[in-house]
Amino acid sequence: MLETLSRWTLGEGPNAEYVVSSRVRLARNLKDYSFPHLLNREQAQEIIDEVQDITAQSFSTYQLREYDDLGLQVLIEKHLISLLLAEQKHNSALVIGDDDSASIMVNEEDHFRLQSIMPGLELRKGLYQVQHLDNLLEEHLEFAFSEQIGYLTACPTNVGTGLRASVMLHLPALVMTGQIGPVLSTLSKFGVVVRGLYGEGTEALGNLFQISNQITLGSEEEEIISNLELITNKIIEQEKLARKKLTHDALLRLEDRVGRALGTLTNARIINSAEAMKHLSDVRLGIDLGIISDIPAKAFNELLLLMQPAMLQALERKKLTAMERDIKRASVIREHLSKRMEGR
Amino acid sequence: MVCEQCQQRKATVHLTRIINGEKTESHLCEMCAAESGDMGWMMEPTFSIHSLLGGLLDVEQGTLKRKETRCSHCGQSYRDFTERGLFGCSSCYETFSSQIPPLLRRVQGTMEHRGKVPVRAEGMVKVKRQLEQLRRELEEAVINEEYELAAKLRDHLKTLEKQVEGEK
Ligand SMILES: [Zn+2]
Ligand SMILES: [Zn+2]
Repeated sequence: MLETLSRWTLGEGPNAEYVVSSRVRLARNLKDYSFPHLLNREQAQEIIDEVQDITAQSFSTYQLREYDDLGLQVLIEKHLISLLLAEQKHNSALVIGDDDSASIMVNEEDHFRLQSIMPGLELRKGLYQVQHLDNLLEEHLEFAFSEQIGYLTACPTNVGTGLRASVMLHLPALVMTGQIGPVLSTLSKFGVVVRGLYGEGTEALGNLFQISNQITLGSEEEEIISNLELITNKIIEQEKLARKKLTHDALLRLEDRVGRALGTLTNARIINSAEAMKHLSDVRLGIDLGIISDIPAKAFNELLLLMQPAMLQALERKKLTAMERDIKRASVIREHLSKRMEGR
Repeated sequence: MVCEQCQQRKATVHLTRIINGEKTESHLCEMCAAESGDMGWMMEPTFSIHSLLGGLLDVEQGTLKRKETRCSHCGQSYRDFTERGLFGCSSCYETFSSQIPPLLRRVQGTMEHRGKVPVRAEGMVKVKRQLEQLRRELEEAVINEEYELAAKLRDHLKTLEKQVEGEK
């Protein structure tokens, strides 16, 4: 589970040029147990054992207390568990299918967080996956539910459907053309939360943004998904227009930028994650626009995961200092790109 | 600038998170930044929801001081909730039922679940939703003076209402 790549790095699926991955999760709780932060070890284990029994046919259960810090960090980087689940490792577990796109975090903030993560814009498939899991659990367990306000959760921000859906978007052209701010601030008025991670200056790290639904109560699950899908498609439209404008008005500059980025990634011997993210984003844009033709798009998604600090240490099978990580990162990127260029 | 986390090394990673136009900045050294996990932020939109809620919930502190009710199942008080941002168990929603509506209106903007219902609870909830739908249609039919339709809807309503009574 630790050293293989996740399915979301396949770089395929609808609108994969803009959408790295789609996540859907449902929060569920048992009626007869206190919420996880108040459970003792035995009660927590009872819940884990029960869900393990129910899902044993097609899922495996991993007790998180059996993992060291590095192992847990890898699971976080693969987006399989949250920081909170790792912090509560003595009481928590991850239940996961053979195909790692569907899983359950047991005893996170709620007893169950059923989750799906897929490459591309696949919110609907994600919803079906988690609802299927929900139905399976529901046959055996009694969930905390109120007719009036729906599924009851530890935090009232998840009450109702317990549904949180999100997409991770790659929006380099909107950033380069300076339009990302207005686009995102306009959208945040339509019931979504927009998050980006910014480095120095105004450029987001890797030009990656996450959009998710803000409210979980008062709408049907399908409506929540449709709204997020609609907004995502609006953003994609704007990104497409910006890419068109860039190739029309500034092709040479763009080719220069993409070429330099690829040059750096294929030659650097020491590279920190901010710099690597920046150049990877440019290379991915170059692939999407046909400026680079000998690297498959999925190399970008794979490297997004492979270059993470814990992944690098898992590959090296030992703890690395910050400097050693930057060296390892540079070599992983060089090797991976040349492997993918040769079609391996 | 010194790293916020360890207060020792020089801060070289400057992160600005923008959530719904709200900017928060953090300045970390490379080591602390790496430890915080560059990609961790993509996991789940938590935007420190609990401290955010904490501020909103303080409004209700006034009512707390008078009587400190505790949930009979988990032993938590409403004050525990405002401090942590998490309820202790699902019974807390009943125990603190007077505080829940204003809370949910602030956090969610509504009080009415319209999504999935567990199969166990399904029958009754379905009928109730159907009742509401029929009442709306009936009102509309009356306004539009479609009396034949209205009569039909009224009959349907009565049958359903009897069904609900029977279940109680
Ligand atoms: Zn530090
Ligand atoms: Zn309680």
